[in-house]
Amino acid sequence: MAINQQTQPKLDTREPVINDFAFSVATKNGSGSQTSNNVLVMSLFQMGIPVNGKNLFPSNIKGLPTWYTIRASKDGYTARKALTEIVVAYNDSTATEDVANLPPGGVCITTDKIAKVIKQREDISYYEIPVAKLMRQTEVPSAFRKLVENMTYVGAVAQLFDIPLDLIYEVLLANFKGKAKPALMNHDVVKLAYDWTADNIVKSDPYRFEHMDGTQGKIMMTGNDAGALGAVFGGVNVVSWYPITPSTSFVDGIIGFRHLRQTENKENTIAIVQAEDELAAAGIVVGAGWAGARSLTSTSGPGISLMAEFAGLAYFAEIPAVFWNITRMGPSTGLPTRTSQGDLLFTHFLGHGDSRQLCLMPGNLKEAFEFGWKSFDISEALQSPVFVISDLDLGMNNWLSDPFDYPDQPVNRGKVLDAQSLQAFIDEHGKWGRYMDVDGDGIPHRTLPGTEHRFAGYFTRGTGHDEMAVYSERSDDWVENMTRLRLKMDTARAMLPQPIIDNGSDADIGIITFGTNEDAIREARDWLANDGIKTNYLRIRALPLASSVSDFIMAHRSVFVIENNFDGQLTQLIRLEHSENISHVRSLALGDGLPMTPDWIYDSLKEQEG
Amino acid sequence: MPPRTNHLGLARNEYKGRPSTLCPGCGHDSISNQLISMAYELGLEQHKIIKMSGIGCSSKTPAYFLGGSHGFNALHGRMPSVATGALLANKELACIAVSGDGDTGSIGMGQFKHVIRRNVPFVYIIENNGVYGLTKGQFSATADEGQFLKYYGTNHMPPIDLALEAVIAGCTFVARSFSGDAKQVQTLLQAAVRHPGTSVLDIISPCVTFNNAATSTKSYPYGKDHEIPLHEIQILAPDYVEARDEITIGDYDEGDIIDVEMHDGSFIRLKKLDNDHDPRNRRLAMNVLERSMREQIFSTGLIYYEEPRPTLADTEDLVDRPLAHLDAADLRPTEAALDGVMRGLMV
Repeated sequence: MAINQQTQPKLDTREPVINDFAFSVATKNGSGSQTSNNVLVMSLFQMGIPVNGKNLFPSNIKGLPTWYTIRASKDGYTARKALTEIVVAYNDSTATEDVANLPPGGVCITTDKIAKVIKQREDISYYEIPVAKLMRQTEVPSAFRKLVENMTYVGAVAQLFDIPLDLIYEVLLANFKGKAKPALMNHDVVKLAYDWTADNIVKSDPYRFEHMDGTQGKIMMTGNDAGALGAVFGGVNVVSWYPITPSTSFVDGIIGFRHLRQTENKENTIAIVQAEDELAAAGIVVGAGWAGARSLTSTSGPGISLMAEFAGLAYFAEIPAVFWNITRMGPSTGLPTRTSQGDLLFTHFLGHGDSRQLCLMPGNLKEAFEFGWKSFDISEALQSPVFVISDLDLGMNNWLSDPFDYPDQPVNRGKVLDAQSLQAFIDEHGKWGRYMDVDGDGIPHRTLPGTEHRFAGYFTRGTGHDEMAVYSERSDDWVENMTRLRLKMDTARAMLPQPIIDNGSDADIGIITFGTNEDAIREARDWLANDGIKTNYLRIRALPLASSVSDFIMAHRSVFVIENNFDGQLTQLIRLEHSENISHVRSLALGDGLPMTPDWIYDSLKEQEG
Repeated sequence: MPPRTNHLGLARNEYKGRPSTLCPGCGHDSISNQLISMAYELGLEQHKIIKMSGIGCSSKTPAYFLGGSHGFNALHGRMPSVATGALLANKELACIAVSGDGDTGSIGMGQFKHVIRRNVPFVYIIENNGVYGLTKGQFSATADEGQFLKYYGTNHMPPIDLALEAVIAGCTFVARSFSGDAKQVQTLLQAAVRHPGTSVLDIISPCVTFNNAATSTKSYPYGKDHEIPLHEIQILAPDYVEARDEITIGDYDEGDIIDVEMHDGSFIRLKKLDNDHDPRNRRLAMNVLERSMREQIFSTGLIYYEEPRPTLADTEDLVDRPLAHLDAADLRPTEAALDGVMRGLMV
């Protein structure tokens, strides 16, 4: 093989950078790069290196540019960073910009063809892979060639940064569920590129992977899978949905874990119905919740919009059902595959009339699982719909986590009266009415259809009922009902997952957030601490707000509310619930379609505090 | 003298609901009455029945019958999805659902077609009066083409035939009736509750306030004068089947009798009148409906019947026990199961 003449910057004399750098892989959508990227992430995970992969993909099946960022961090920081040190520039249409985004000293791995067009910078290393030539040497059937072409960068990366080849094979085998044929086909390409790189490229950068023990006993999973697994352990038994990115894989997850709940005869305890639209999906879960099932739907913004009427009905008729909102940018088309926290206010106030929906906001993989099962207990205990607000970043990307804890509380079906307890209730209180509050917590007792007692039946409506569930248009009946619902929401504040609070330091700056910004904030806080700026931290995990949020706000001189939306929706919500002057609460909101970075948080906060 | 009771020892009164708040003389109230009689006559247990409805005059009626059953007055046009969910949660429940021509033919058309497609086993009654009553007299999608109404002028659009839509969607039990024909409504209801699939009953039920002029095909005077039953209908319950050949055929020749065997072993006996309709033939069913629409012939009776497809619960391969009755052990896999999943994801 002829020696390939490549221009290289002079050999690198910098200190080695080990397990602490990030990649951006730029490819075209639909080119099979998802498998390549997944193989890289899982290989690093297997090497014990804390890693996070984020897919920044377009709303498109084939052809549009897509990026995948992989960050390895020996210190366990897994947020997306604003800059990556390395780019795999495999998309000719974005390669120039991808290279321009590299920091000085960065690395560009590209194809020989693209390199001809983009080699303009002197301060980075270029590694050129002759993809077409390598592919001609493979024995891969021509029908599959395009799909495995991206394995060439896996081979180059493995050789350049020290990922063992045999490990990649193991990961490929797992990726193809143990099927050797596709694993070998892909691995052949990886090996070809690996060997070619060893023979032809002189490494001129300081970046390298090394085995460590940072992932021992940990798992990697997507948030949608984690939530789905949680739902399966929470006893979900009626699921209905309508396909929508980024929530579709949530129901795929339930389908995948459904076997855990099958009987010995392979009968299902979970019914899964793909509805004709999100309206019907919401109707199915509300009907199922009313009749005593643990029902769930999973959707995203446009679907939530269509579910608004049912959400309001369920709130006022007091019907349990769990709605997952895997939030994306909205509305309509354009940015549906980009992450966002822009549905917070909409979801919390979903429904017409005065409603405040119960919301749970998982911030990480473990909480996606935990809220997956707990949402049913909360929903049935409070007889109200529960909205779990996740987002595309958590839902569709692979996250590193400790393994999940088995539910630490028994299944709680709430105040459901069977024939016997209904009779006991009537004996004690003289009568039973669907909306009677005998416990003073705003939560009534319900019966399920099928209960064999002559007084078990009742008639369900949204509005216009008295405590006996009898039709009433009397103002006093309705005011009484609304007063009880407010009491129920106050009961909820204490029952819902409480905020995560890090009040460790004597800092006078407080940071408040919700959801998936935690990793970026954690890193930014460490950077700030290095600069001598100490901060305390509170992450809200449920709505309506817990009382500790107020205490936290009042205990700090300056409070920043960080969120991934444009209008600062959590800030607005906090202001709504505070009558006292909280002008020291400031919004740091950025809704740019991408997962939050520590860089932006650090810069913004310093500027404000400056 | 004590009141007459059924085999459960219940009087007819005990199948009533709350007093109706509809206009006096409303066709819907007669249908509610027939539902009460049907449940009483068959001796149905009210706690095993759910009553579902959408929004509109018709959808208010489940409050007026079977007061011992759970009922759900849901959202406009969305009853089919709520019924689907409830029956998935508990497949032992029987479901009687009431909708209207606006609730089904306009806002709810999608759900109507899809619930049939899923074959959710329930009785879907459309109380069809061609007009929006609660909002005071707008045309519905089943109104006659060329019809004139006081507030909204002339309707220039052709009607949607909901029975035809049901047949096209794959419904295995489709009937049309007239609320003024109490006996036929009663008999069709008795057949429909026995059918383990979606049964659609499109019942012309006049609105005495907004659409009762004799020129309207949805009016009492029109119905009384123009209803043409396709057959005389009789239900032969399973216990009568042995003796069915002995049951008086009367003036009919054997060739003029169609016995439609139902899933539970009972028969719908159709005695031929002035036509050759056989409800077991889908093509004939569509022909009857198309001709009725084109020529404004008010044909009533069992339009279409076939042995039902598997229900939604069947295709979901659900456990025998209703999902709503599963206990904690069925709802939560073991700690070992979670460990297994976790180990599979570790290094």
